[in-house]
Amino acid sequence: MSWLLALPVVIPFLTAVLAFLTRQSPLGRWISVAGSAVLLIASIVLMNTVLREGVIAGQMGQWPAPFGITLVADLLSAVMVLITAIVAVAVSIYAIADVDEGMERLGYHALFNMLIAGVVGAFITGDLFNLYVWFEVMLIASFGLLVLGGRPEQIDGGVKYVALNLVSTIMFLTGIGLLYGMTGTLNMADLASAVDGADQRLLTIVAVLFMIAFGVKAAVFPLFFWLPASYHTPAFSVSAVFAGLLTKVGVYALLRMFTLVFDHDTAFTHTILLWVAGLTMVVGVLGAAAQSDMRKILSFHIVSQIGYMILGLALLTPLAIVGAVFYLVHHIVVKANLFLIAGVAQRIAGGTELSRIGGLYKSAPLLAVLFVVPAFSLAGFPPLSGFWAKFLLVKAALDVQGWIIAGVALAVGLLTIYSMTKIWAQAFWEPHPDGIEPKLSSLSNRDRAAMLIPIAGLAILTVIIGVMPEPFVQFAKASAAQLLDPTAYITAVLGEQP
Amino acid sequence: MEFLFAITIGVLVASAVYLMLSNHLLRFIFGLVLISNAANLTIFVSGRLTDGAPPLIREGADAPLVDVANALPQALVLTAIVIGFGLFAFAIVLVFRAWTTLNSLTPDDMRLAEPEEAPK
Repeated sequence: MSWLLALPVVIPFLTAVLAFLTRQSPLGRWISVAGSAVLLIASIVLMNTVLREGVIAGQMGQWPAPFGITLVADLLSAVMVLITAIVAVAVSIYAIADVDEGMERLGYHALFNMLIAGVVGAFITGDLFNLYVWFEVMLIASFGLLVLGGRPEQIDGGVKYVALNLVSTIMFLTGIGLLYGMTGTLNMADLASAVDGADQRLLTIVAVLFMIAFGVKAAVFPLFFWLPASYHTPAFSVSAVFAGLLTKVGVYALLRMFTLVFDHDTAFTHTILLWVAGLTMVVGVLGAAAQSDMRKILSFHIVSQIGYMILGLALLTPLAIVGAVFYLVHHIVVKANLFLIAGVAQRIAGGTELSRIGGLYKSAPLLAVLFVVPAFSLAGFPPLSGFWAKFLLVKAALDVQGWIIAGVALAVGLLTIYSMTKIWAQAFWEPHPDGIEPKLSSLSNRDRAAMLIPIAGLAILTVIIGVMPEPFVQFAKASAAQLLDPTAYITAVLGEQP
Repeated sequence: MEFLFAITIGVLVASAVYLMLSNHLLRFIFGLVLISNAANLTIFVSGRLTDGAPPLIREGADAPLVDVANALPQALVLTAIVIGFGLFAFAIVLVFRAWTTLNSLTPDDMRLAEPEEAPK
């Protein structure tokens, strides 16, 4: 069984090595696409196995848990790996048009696949220190991608991104050290019961360290400043994969740790999370309203949307976790897609600054249609995927009489519509200020196909989740049940418990 | 022994925070290096300290005969040091690049990615 768990990590690693060796030739980009496609197949097989057999675990090097490194896939891990693979395929195809040869020679494809390996590893590991290692793999690859090309804005954004993420890394490491000192184990399944014997007050302090560390990664209020400072600077394919995946690794880590290990003092920890969720939603959406650049608006919306996912975790009712899982999956697809669309707008209209572009609706109606789907899904319009995600969370908040937080969530949804209509009005409806008509046909055939196929694919996925939410909600329910009752997870890792 | 370590870690963290709060990027990086070493020492101490007992198993035996040092935190710290080395090497080069392209290492002056806009 362990090869099945190791493959999603090994494939992008091998692809990265091959892409690095072929970075001087155009072969590298095709290796990247092929590697992502193989990863997608492997993750579909993994998903199937998890659906059929429940939680699966593998011990690396045959060292029995809790001594060795464990890889575990429950429904949440499996779906995160699957969605990562989907985004990887989409972005690696898009990169054919978006990434120039200069960046390829600097090793773009190798770094990209390394990043995917780190993300997948973080989703699939069952060991806390191993999670730290995957975070670092992901981080160092993202550093490289962020500053690749070396334009001054990139360096400026990169400094802030690097500085704040390194602080979070050290918090995480200190938390790991303290937790190990208190329990003597770092295996997550083992920790779930080992923390019962520890001093509960100290445990809460460690929990807060972890909350801050993952909070920086997830970009929650008040720790999100690195995100809007840097996400609008790199290449579009880079910011799409960052927007889709990186912060979500932080959310995943919060979701995992604060349901499996740190559920001893929910009155304290999850109340903090609830405040954080509300403030993240509001501050993110207000920040977006103040921006006038397409990518900056979208960056602030990442922050605001993270708040919804944290809200699900903070409420900690079965329905709320269902909402959080659903939101997580829907958001990755939608957000990556919006950044990809911004890249097309940049190419054909000559920028992402809203006051300098326009006329896309008239001259590029296909792009307009493709924009409407993820944009209004993000804002929560029925029948798109975002509507169901928001519906589940608001319903969960109302069920526990959280009138205020439900109101905040709905109001933030309205403000999201404001931002999306701002983009729509200025980039699509108003004529171009220079009087040119941005046309998709100005792209070469190859570039047009490479850019529009992934966008269309992700948009179709959004519509499918939207019009047929039932299987996805059922899946999220099963996944939430596993998170709230981790017996299956623990049994899969450690064997039958007495 | 734990007490000495605790004091050392405390001093390291205090100096690191002082450096990181200064308005200069290079000092911030030095602060990060110090605080990461404090984190490494924390992991080391949480594995419990022993006096001069390397975790070696006598030939032919399955387990050490006497109490020996905990090898796991040492392995963890080693990994963390290696990763930290890579990250800081990158961070220092990045700061150097920032110095050559932006001509400043004062975060307040580094507003290229987020220019201050006059209210409209």
